[in-house]
Amino acid sequence: MSHNGEKEGDRGLLGTPGGPAKAWRTDNTDFKQQRLPAGEPILTAGTVLPAFLAISLLFIPLGVGLYVTSSNIQEMVVDYTGVEPSSPCRKCLSPEVTPCVCAVNFTLDRPFEGRVLMYYGLSNFYQNHRPYVKSRDDRQLHGDPQALLHPSKECEPYRRHRGLPIAPCGAIANSMFNDTLQLFLVTRDPSGPALTPIPLGKRGLAWWTDRRVKFRNPPGEKSLQQRFQGTTKPVSWRKPVYMLDDDDDDGGGEDNNGFLNEDFIIWMRIAALPTFRKLYRLIEGRNDSHPTLPAGRYYLNVTYNYPVHSFDGRKRMILSTTSWMRGKNPFLGIAYMAVGSISFLLGIVLLIIDHKYRDNNYTVDVTI
Amino acid sequence: MDCSLVRTLVRRYCAGEENWVDSRTIYVGHKEPPPGAEAYIPQRYPDNRIVSSKYTFWNFIPKNLFEQFRRIANFYFLIIFLVQLIIDTPTSPVTSGLPLFFVITVTAIKQGYEDWLRHKADNAMNQCPVHFIQHGKLVRKQSRKLRVGDIVMVKEDETFPCDLIFLSSNRADGTCHVTTASLDGESSHKTHYAVPDTKGFHTEEDVDRLHATIECEQPQPDLYKFVGRINVYSEQQDPVVRPLGAENVLLRGATLKNTEKIFGVAIYTGMETKMALNYQSKSQKRSAVEKSMNAFLIVYLCILISKALVNTVLKYVWQSEPFRDEPWYNQKTEAERQRSLFLRAFTDFLAFMVLFNYIIPVSMYVTVEMQKFLGSYFITWDEDMFDEEMGEGPLVNTSDLNEELGQVEYIFTDKTGTLTENNMAFRECCIEGHVYVPHVVCNGQVLPDAAGIDMIDSSPGVSGKEREELFFRALCLCHTVQVKEDDHVDLGDGPGKSPDSAKSCVYISSSPDEVALVEGVQRLGFTYLRLKDNFMEILNRDNDLERFELLEVLSFDSVRRRMSVIVKSAAGEIYLFCKGADSSIFPRVIEGKVDQIRSRVERNAVEGLRTLCVAYKQLLPEEYQGVCALLQAAKVALQDREKKLAEAYEQIEKDLVLLGATAVEDRLQEKAADTIEALQKAGIKVWVLTGDKMETAAATCYACKLFRRGTQLLELTTKRIEEQSLHDVLFELSKTVLRCSGSLTRDTFSGLSTDMHDYGLIIDGATLSLVMKPREDGSSSNYRELFLEICRNCSAVLCCRMAPLQKAQIVKLIKFSKEHPITLAIGDGANDVSMILEAHVGIGVIGKEGRQAARNSDYAIPKFKHLKKMLLVHGHFYYIRIAELVQYFFYKTLYDTAYLTLYNISFTSLPILLYSLMEQHVSMEVLKRDPTLYRDIAKNALLRWRVFIYWTFLGVFDALVFFFGAYFMFENTPVTSNGQMFGNWTFGTLVFTVMVFTVTLKLALDTHYWTWINHFVIWGSLLFYVAFSLLWGGILWPFLSYQRMYYVFLHMLSSGPAWLAIALLITVSLLPDVLKKVLCRQLWPTATEKTQSVRLWRFVSEFAPLTSLRSSGCQNSGRLAAPRGSSPRPVACVFWRSEEYCVLPPPPGAPHPSAAPA
Repeated sequence: MSHNGEKEGDRGLLGTPGGPAKAWRTDNTDFKQQRLPAGEPILTAGTVLPAFLAISLLFIPLGVGLYVTSSNIQEMVVDYTGVEPSSPCRKCLSPEVTPCVCAVNFTLDRPFEGRVLMYYGLSNFYQNHRPYVKSRDDRQLHGDPQALLHPSKECEPYRRHRGLPIAPCGAIANSMFNDTLQLFLVTRDPSGPALTPIPLGKRGLAWWTDRRVKFRNPPGEKSLQQRFQGTTKPVSWRKPVYMLDDDDDDGGGEDNNGFLNEDFIIWMRIAALPTFRKLYRLIEGRNDSHPTLPAGRYYLNVTYNYPVHSFDGRKRMILSTTSWMRGKNPFLGIAYMAVGSISFLLGIVLLIIDHKYRDNNYTVDVTI
Repeated sequence: MDCSLVRTLVRRYCAGEENWVDSRTIYVGHKEPPPGAEAYIPQRYPDNRIVSSKYTFWNFIPKNLFEQFRRIANFYFLIIFLVQLIIDTPTSPVTSGLPLFFVITVTAIKQGYEDWLRHKADNAMNQCPVHFIQHGKLVRKQSRKLRVGDIVMVKEDETFPCDLIFLSSNRADGTCHVTTASLDGESSHKTHYAVPDTKGFHTEEDVDRLHATIECEQPQPDLYKFVGRINVYSEQQDPVVRPLGAENVLLRGATLKNTEKIFGVAIYTGMETKMALNYQSKSQKRSAVEKSMNAFLIVYLCILISKALVNTVLKYVWQSEPFRDEPWYNQKTEAERQRSLFLRAFTDFLAFMVLFNYIIPVSMYVTVEMQKFLGSYFITWDEDMFDEEMGEGPLVNTSDLNEELGQVEYIFTDKTGTLTENNMAFRECCIEGHVYVPHVVCNGQVLPDAAGIDMIDSSPGVSGKEREELFFRALCLCHTVQVKEDDHVDLGDGPGKSPDSAKSCVYISSSPDEVALVEGVQRLGFTYLRLKDNFMEILNRDNDLERFELLEVLSFDSVRRRMSVIVKSAAGEIYLFCKGADSSIFPRVIEGKVDQIRSRVERNAVEGLRTLCVAYKQLLPEEYQGVCALLQAAKVALQDREKKLAEAYEQIEKDLVLLGATAVEDRLQEKAADTIEALQKAGIKVWVLTGDKMETAAATCYACKLFRRGTQLLELTTKRIEEQSLHDVLFELSKTVLRCSGSLTRDTFSGLSTDMHDYGLIIDGATLSLVMKPREDGSSSNYRELFLEICRNCSAVLCCRMAPLQKAQIVKLIKFSKEHPITLAIGDGANDVSMILEAHVGIGVIGKEGRQAARNSDYAIPKFKHLKKMLLVHGHFYYIRIAELVQYFFYKTLYDTAYLTLYNISFTSLPILLYSLMEQHVSMEVLKRDPTLYRDIAKNALLRWRVFIYWTFLGVFDALVFFFGAYFMFENTPVTSNGQMFGNWTFGTLVFTVMVFTVTLKLALDTHYWTWINHFVIWGSLLFYVAFSLLWGGILWPFLSYQRMYYVFLHMLSSGPAWLAIALLITVSLLPDVLKKVLCRQLWPTATEKTQSVRLWRFVSEFAPLTSLRSSGCQNSGRLAAPRGSSPRPVACVFWRSEEYCVLPPPPGAPHPSAAPA
């Protein structure tokens, strides 16, 4: 008996739209009646299944590709901190020895092909420390003459030194990496071992936008040194900012000095993690068939300036080849493979579920 | 010295007390009374200014700010903002200050605008001109200058400017008609009377000569009560004292009708008028969602504080090694070094708080408010809820409770006017046991004479004929109906047109019953013509005019449940006619065929008719004198007048002779039964609270399917209590109920299954008050608990004979019971207002009994049937929407300055706002059809802690994936072909990009209802993010002192691995959610989800090749039947086919099984 009422109700409800009921308000849109046409996708095992399988199909090969690429990238890491007793740089740990030059030997088992990147790496160095991150003045670095002489308060305590404004101010600039690394290939001449210097390119390291737009030297026609008149160098620096690249023969000079020094720009782009590496030099590939760095013994000459021992840090020199993936990191490939496999497994699980459910579904529907 | 100060204060205070007296004396026209009158106590009265605004121009800003910061969330953000201003924090104050400022400003503007409107309204009200009488002349003044004691003239259709004592009108009989539509919603005309001694003052000069004082009580909010007296002095005689009652008072807000002008003297002005006293802002109702939102907020606050604490501690542990605390590359300033450790730790703690404060979303409140505000428009826009007859759609008085509509567990409904139409039709009368049925107006033809009566029983004898006529006369006379003799006026509500009288006259009464009776009697031959000079004129069957002098009216009240008139016939006989509910008449009857009539009355009551009994008694003149004296004494009494009147009535209305009974049908509202059934299926318990008698109410309950045939009725009524003690009855009932409920689980409870026991409880007001009454030994809570226990196990409860306050009591009882269910009260009359205000959600039916209920409600709907859509569709949607909204906000906030600000406000708010406005996870049709879906969301299901924790874990998981994914991915990897490295900012941007995409896509996953707007907003916001990032990083913004985001985004995009990583991270973080959704849907589907899939299947099958008109019809049938849950499906289908589609030979699903979904 209760069905009767229900049925009438339904008919009534279905009957209401249309008819004279619409007449009362002219601006009655579908939007107001919440009747906009709409798709109603439903996530069921059936619909999600292909997506899962597609993901696994896409991700596993991609992961494999990434992994292979990554493992093809060659990397050589040389720790020259001097913590180990046997290290030739151990003598440089004490700050008294200045300047301290040491040389580290290492061997490349396989030749490095193509363009090789040379990094310096620091660990336990918290460039992401908050006061540190803030301790810079972007206006000053942009060449603003006002900011040059009156650096931002953020730079404290590296704002002024002996009454003169520091240029560049701030903790980041003050702590700029200042070791000098030179690389030599040990060749076996008949006369004994000889050192062939490897040409290290120091241009084109920084972001193009940083060099062209963000960083600028103070304006003026005078020499760089005069333009920096009235400022003093950061406390820890050995040389003022306009003399960072005093080696003029490889296209240095004004173009790679002052705030435009590429090493400086790279240092100023702070790292996110306490263990980081920064690009130091480029070793361009040779046009002939010889590898850029043939296998063999190498000699790394370090002018040891940068103290890391006080904060338990390490210094490394890293050589790495490049690929389209641009760096040795197996993680991405592994992650892709893992996610691909998981989604494949899940796809299978869903397939089973869907199969079962579809049976149910089917029977239920048939009874209707 | 101190002591003396205190003493003076005390003295002053006491003096103030003395000045305050419980009555006031008013000099009409400010004329001092003649000496020798009572002592003059000067009192200060306020002027006639109405102030409804909250703020003034000057105090707006401080007061409004204070109001706003009383909200916890606002206060919290203010604190955070201040902390950011004071100490060095990782984020700039702008980040949290801007949204806060935005929120505060928007709210302030909104409130300011509302208050401005109120000011305007107040000013308009206070400045409208009023006619005063000053020195015998008419003066126009602004309303606010009116003082107590002024004599005021009001013309027809004007509103009274303050509460007045009615002195005189242009009518000779000293009456006027008034509608109080804007006051209590009753649009009927009420007659007010002037005191006989003043009604002769017709002109300004006359009135000015009036010398009188009025003593009355101090203002009180009750609109229908007034006690006072007037002393009229004149030179010739001693002062005359007359009683003043509510019928002599004209209240502010009421409108004068049908009367040219009146004079009155102001007694209560300004904020002391009864209207102003009744104008109280409703207490804020908070929804359950908001409560759980606040609870979640507190959890997050705890997390925040503990997180900040842990981090501070960790920081100092980590920094304990000096090289970490202050490495050479990052030295502190002198000032920093000198700060004390404690201070540093504290500022660090605050800094961490600020850093993590984003887990509490400031924009959530804004979004929630906006969602509610905009969302409520969908209710008002809904054309299905528009009533054509009345030309009115639903009203939303508060938008705070939209989602509460989806949470209702108990509905308390009024019967009259809500379930029923309150459109009375006279059905039959029973005189001396003979039943008369007037021919209903059929084919527009009305039979005016005796032929219109069907005698069901054998014709009565001569004495019966006499009685019959007496009965009809009684019906004609015993009422308070007014006649509006107007040819064309149609008042809209309540008027019954009498089609057969010479000129069409309209009966107007505050009670539709009376109109129905008078009209009914008119069809039986007796026409009530008018009340003229205290003579009631009726036209009898032979078209002769009969005149009765109206001596007294013992007006109706809900306690006595009867009314009487005393009339004097032309022959000089004095009759008392009494009309009232059977229970109040029968005990007072000494003569008449009580048993026959009683059985008839009971029969009618079972059929759902409203019955009234009519009795009379003839009074001898000396008896009448006694009655008069009695009444007069009671009426003049200043104190306890009500009580004394009631006693007097009690004495007068006794020893009656029963004449007969009438039955009036109160038609059920359209689809009331349907609605109730649907609501019950939705798992909502429907209680009917009515003032009607048990039988009538029960009949209505049967008619509207609240009780079914299988329902076992449990009675808890006075009758049973008389037999047994309350204690025994309660225990017995609870035993019966519990015996069955033990075997029944919640799932099997369904409106459709008839094999199980449904219990319906009937309780009446008297018993209820017994149950509720605390007993001396303190065991009352026991009864209450027991009663609640019984109620909970009954599918339907009917409470009859309820006083309005008892209705509210019941609602309160349930509201504060153990489970704290969400209650909804719906009603249409002024008697439902208390219940509507008490319940979580109050719904007013815009009905016949006026608009008071509608005005006090949170929502108002034209008809009861609209409740179904309101709850099942709108309530459902709003709940789903807001729940998702809240959860989503908590989810997405588990995360560079501009980004952080914009993140919550723009990148991710708009989509969710839109989602929360547009989402329809199941179509409206389905929701209406299948009320059981409502159970899915009952009890705040979507905002339970479990769900909250799920969302939180999802958020934490995603956050971990984002961070560590990026961490491992880019630990030591150069990202560009030049071997350039990712910096700090690039890393952050990457994480942020992944996050924005994930969060938006998650929303896309949750969206079920994709309209173009959804597409636009979701994809649009992603695009906006990208565009914004490009712009933000693409230009060196000159106004920023740092440029750390410069080119970072583009730089990131130029790197292939970054793309790969973004894709991977998004996939990983969305994977668990997709998986959970799919698994839950497949393995443990809720009813809602089942319905969705069924719809999907339908959708597919509609495109199946075999689909034709015929099979679409059968699909339709299947669709209707399908959502009934899984088990009864085949049954339902068989039913549908046999009922309607029996022409179809094969089972409808069979012809194209290929249409099953992939």
